[in-house]
Amino acid sequence: MSFSGWNEVINMGGYGFFVWLSFGVTLAALAALMIHGLITRRSLQQQSKLQQQRQQRLARRKQQERSR
Amino acid sequence: MNRASTWALVKILMRRDLKVALRRRSDIVNPLLFVIMVVSLFPLAVGPGPDVLGRIAAGVIWVTALLAALLGSERLFRDDYLDGSLEQMTLLPVPLPVLALAKIFVHWLLSGLPLVILTPLTALLLKLPVEGWSTLLLTLLLGTPVLSALTAIGAALTVSLGRGGALLSLLLLPLFIPLLIFAAAAVEGALVGAPVVGQVVLLAGLMVLTLTLAPLAVAGAIRVSVN
Amino acid sequence: MWRWLHPYAKGEATYRLLGRWLPWLTGSAVLTLAVGLIWGLLYAPPDYQQGDSYRIIYIHVPAAIFSMGTYTAMAIAALIALVWQIRTAEWAIAAIAPVGAVLTFIALFTGAVWGKPMWGTWWEWDARLTSELILLFLYLGVIALYHAFSDSRTGAKAAGILALVGVVNVPIIHYSVYWWNSLHQGATITKFEKPSMATSMLIPLLICLLGFALMTAAFVCQRLRNEILRQELHRSWVQQELDQ
Repeated sequence: MSFSGWNEVINMGGYGFFVWLSFGVTLAALAALMIHGLITRRSLQQQSKLQQQRQQRLARRKQQERSR
Repeated sequence: MNRASTWALVKILMRRDLKVALRRRSDIVNPLLFVIMVVSLFPLAVGPGPDVLGRIAAGVIWVTALLAALLGSERLFRDDYLDGSLEQMTLLPVPLPVLALAKIFVHWLLSGLPLVILTPLTALLLKLPVEGWSTLLLTLLLGTPVLSALTAIGAALTVSLGRGGALLSLLLLPLFIPLLIFAAAAVEGALVGAPVVGQVVLLAGLMVLTLTLAPLAVAGAIRVSVN
Repeated sequence: MWRWLHPYAKGEATYRLLGRWLPWLTGSAVLTLAVGLIWGLLYAPPDYQQGDSYRIIYIHVPAAIFSMGTYTAMAIAALIALVWQIRTAEWAIAAIAPVGAVLTFIALFTGAVWGKPMWGTWWEWDARLTSELILLFLYLGVIALYHAFSDSRTGAKAAGILALVGVVNVPIIHYSVYWWNSLHQGATITKFEKPSMATSMLIPLLICLLGFALMTAAFVCQRLRNEILRQELHRSWVQQELDQ
């Protein structure tokens, strides 16, 4: 390790703010991209459920009409 | 379809486009008024001293030219799309890129050329030193066809959207950047007495490249849009 | 090769294939990035000129390289979509563009943050930063155009044409910006001009490059899977898939 303690790691030879800012924002941007992907999948799941319910309703109504 | 009849068709199309455009003169005049007004805003904003104005003149004129190109760009294919003649054009026995090139040429005739003619006035308003005038004219003459061609690509892509205006500027402005850089650098070079042949040749190359490839892209975009 | 590729022109087969790849890509990306970044942050020696601030390179350079790499990939997908009319390639445009935009943003942001201690300013009209900024505009244009159409097929094709126009323009923009930058000699950036990197710094950088490549692939995989589901939402296999 090129540092002698965690304080030095955080300090980064005086450049701590810049180094950790860029790493933090990078992490945040990548996390946002991943979460956006997961949210998209979740909303697709809901859309699919709604669509299925609609289809079932339609099928049921058709059956009722036929039996009538 | 032989070559003579292709040319005849293209000529008919261009005459029609010109006629339609000349019936609505405000579409041609308004962008020019816009250019003059924007140009006259700059002395009010940065002060009328010739040292500042003369230095930024070429850049300002070029940026206003880019903005003016965006201004009317939405209309380029809109009317033809709405009345169905754009779809007819894709069915003509003439290659679509050729028609696209004709469209680009007419657009340049109506928007680019007036801008070039207007240059002495704008250069005067912005106190551009006389050494830069001929170079500025030359860059505009070489650059405005590129503007028309790139504008045509964007307009063809967004023609089927109801409101393409803001999107169109987002698509087109990044593509304008090389043009702006080379043109502004040429005039700047001319002002300090440096040879400008290099930049002018680069601009000419850019024009040839754009006019070769852009009609293909426009044709592809029209096919996508009328589909 | 075409016979092998053909089934992947269909949504479901591609979806399953990507599903098999995704865990491996994600796992190896996380692992490689962890090794590369920890090595770069903690174990690589400080630079003799820039001290520890140079450690930003371990995210800045990979992000910058792959922001351009993904644009090329997107343009290739666009070409395939327009020439062979393969729908998976159309969806790939939509999957790749946001990933590329985020990578470009990271490259820009870290470049600016690195510029502050080195050049003394957050933003320098440096050729590399400027062309990266224009690349971000191009990505945003492609994304905006893709989503502007109510018919996703038209949107994909229009965005594809724009991506191809852009890829012709990218080298022109790149060289014009470099040339413009050398014309306007701005702040001295000699601090960046240094001899080739020492091996002890280079190895973690290479690991980070590999990690970013894997990560980019994983993100594209995830988004392409989502796009396939969105486009084929009415198919029964999608409904079964999403019910689980």
